[in-house]
Amino acid sequence: MKIVVAIKQVPERDAQIRIDSAGKWIEESGLQFALNESDAYALEEALQLKEKHGGEVVVLSVGPERVGTTIREALAKGADRAIHVVCADIGARDALGVARLLAAAIQPEGPDLVLAGLQSEDLGQGQTGVIVAQLLGLPHATLILQVEKTETGLRVKRELEEGWYQTIELPIPAVLTIQSGGNKLRYATLMGIKRAKTKEVRTVTAAELAVAAAPVVVLERVALPQKQKTTQMLPGTAKEAAAALVEILKFEARVL
Amino acid sequence: MSGILLVLEQRDGHISRISWEALAAGQMLASQTGLPVSAIVVGAATESLAAAVAAKTAVRVIRVEHPLLAQYTADGFIQALHQLIQAEAPAYVVFPHSYQVRDYAPALAARCGSVLIGDVTGIGEGPFFTRQLMQGRLTGSYRPAGSGPCFLSVQAGAFRAGVAEAGAAEVTTFPPAIDPAQICATPSAPFRASQQTVDLGSAQMIVSVGRGIKGEENLPLVRELATALGAELAASRPICDNGWLPMERQVGSSGQTVAPKLYVAVGISGAIQHLVGMKGSQCIVAINKDPGAPIFEVADYGIVADLFEVLPALTEEVRKAKG
Repeated sequence: MKIVVAIKQVPERDAQIRIDSAGKWIEESGLQFALNESDAYALEEALQLKEKHGGEVVVLSVGPERVGTTIREALAKGADRAIHVVCADIGARDALGVARLLAAAIQPEGPDLVLAGLQSEDLGQGQTGVIVAQLLGLPHATLILQVEKTETGLRVKRELEEGWYQTIELPIPAVLTIQSGGNKLRYATLMGIKRAKTKEVRTVTAAELAVAAAPVVVLERVALPQKQKTTQMLPGTAKEAAAALVEILKFEARVL
Repeated sequence: MSGILLVLEQRDGHISRISWEALAAGQMLASQTGLPVSAIVVGAATESLAAAVAAKTAVRVIRVEHPLLAQYTADGFIQALHQLIQAEAPAYVVFPHSYQVRDYAPALAARCGSVLIGDVTGIGEGPFFTRQLMQGRLTGSYRPAGSGPCFLSVQAGAFRAGVAEAGAAEVTTFPPAIDPAQICATPSAPFRASQQTVDLGSAQMIVSVGRGIKGEENLPLVRELATALGAELAASRPICDNGWLPMERQVGSSGQTVAPKLYVAVGISGAIQHLVGMKGSQCIVAINKDPGAPIFEVADYGIVADLFEVLPALTEEVRKAKG
């Protein structure tokens, strides 16, 4: 099975975030970046499918130069090769604009399966995989926890709300968006890291893919969220705060 | 461009609660833009659903009905709603932000040359639409810039469902042409993975743990607090993903929705998927080392500190208080 995995590099989860001077995005200088979590699960699913059925795993990422480090990390975990769509203005493109770049890069590969994470940790739109499927004219399923190859295609386990699931049968080629938690993630081995250095990373610029870039929706402004409640903060040492909290829970909130 | 289409969703034969909230958002948009709202019900037999909508609101109801819409498939819904959108040429298409909508609305919007503004929490004059970014650490304002219809889905709990309006709603039927060959997926009936042995929904107190706990070996610290309080132990998604606690102890959109008297969130940053499952709790306590964590937006009481210092101290204080 030939599998393309679309991955995204996002700011590290614990990174201290500051709004940029234009108020349109976050200040990226000094930020640490990492592989988006659900994309890590998509990569894991692809690697496991390859181990079971053979084939090739190609990772694909859109973004500026810095994305290269995340691509190497995916190669170190076991992907065979990579395509980097170099795009410095990814922030100016909307979900459709980015999906167009991905679809244009995927099309000539002709994969049996395209996997993407369910959603990114920075924008959290959860749309990219679904739009890519639409652009490629392929069937799709979202929130997938397990993928099983059948004689005619795929049987996948989809997560529904509130602890419910369903099974879906799909023909291939298809696009799946992968939910976190379906597999245990692997770490890159030293050997893997060494091998990754010699694996092919093909770069193509966004301009070369010649897709429409004008956004249909524009992120105009970012701000700190407004609080929904007044939170009473309990200062002091851990011990003082704990004592104050128990007092409050007992006498003010009356829940103890 | 004629108006606002509001796509309602059914659950077990009823219009879902989040759909009524989406209707409220659609009406808010209507009052800003002066455009009329039409409510859409989709399925194979939509008469009673349409009647339920017509009884509660004065807006026009359109029944998008076809035997192939009996069970949800992305391909079926996209075909049917794409045809309706072409016929109606709406300015806005509004959805509830459910798992089902997330599955097809982005593709439907793309087919219309547009982009869904998903998980909307607010509508401002203009209009512009706000949604969360960076796992709830920031809010973004989005403005539609295209010429086609603007698609948006609204977050659960972000808009208050309105009271029933009197009035006779007009109900019409739109029969889409659906090509069965274009429905690729065969979905099964929904099922639950395992027998639920924990009913967090009826718990009076919950101590919930997140990524901040760092490792499985540290869970006893949280367990001791839960025991001291007489509370159920719960977790945010990553803890269950890692297999440190069973999935049935997960609180959030993919797990259980809870509303206990006391909810203590330990080392949970508060991504929206978690917040929707617990923000209805009576008293929320958040313990987190990051003062910018979005959990503090819904917390009544907060302690910004290292949970490894707070937990033992808190357990001891609770034991003392309970004698």
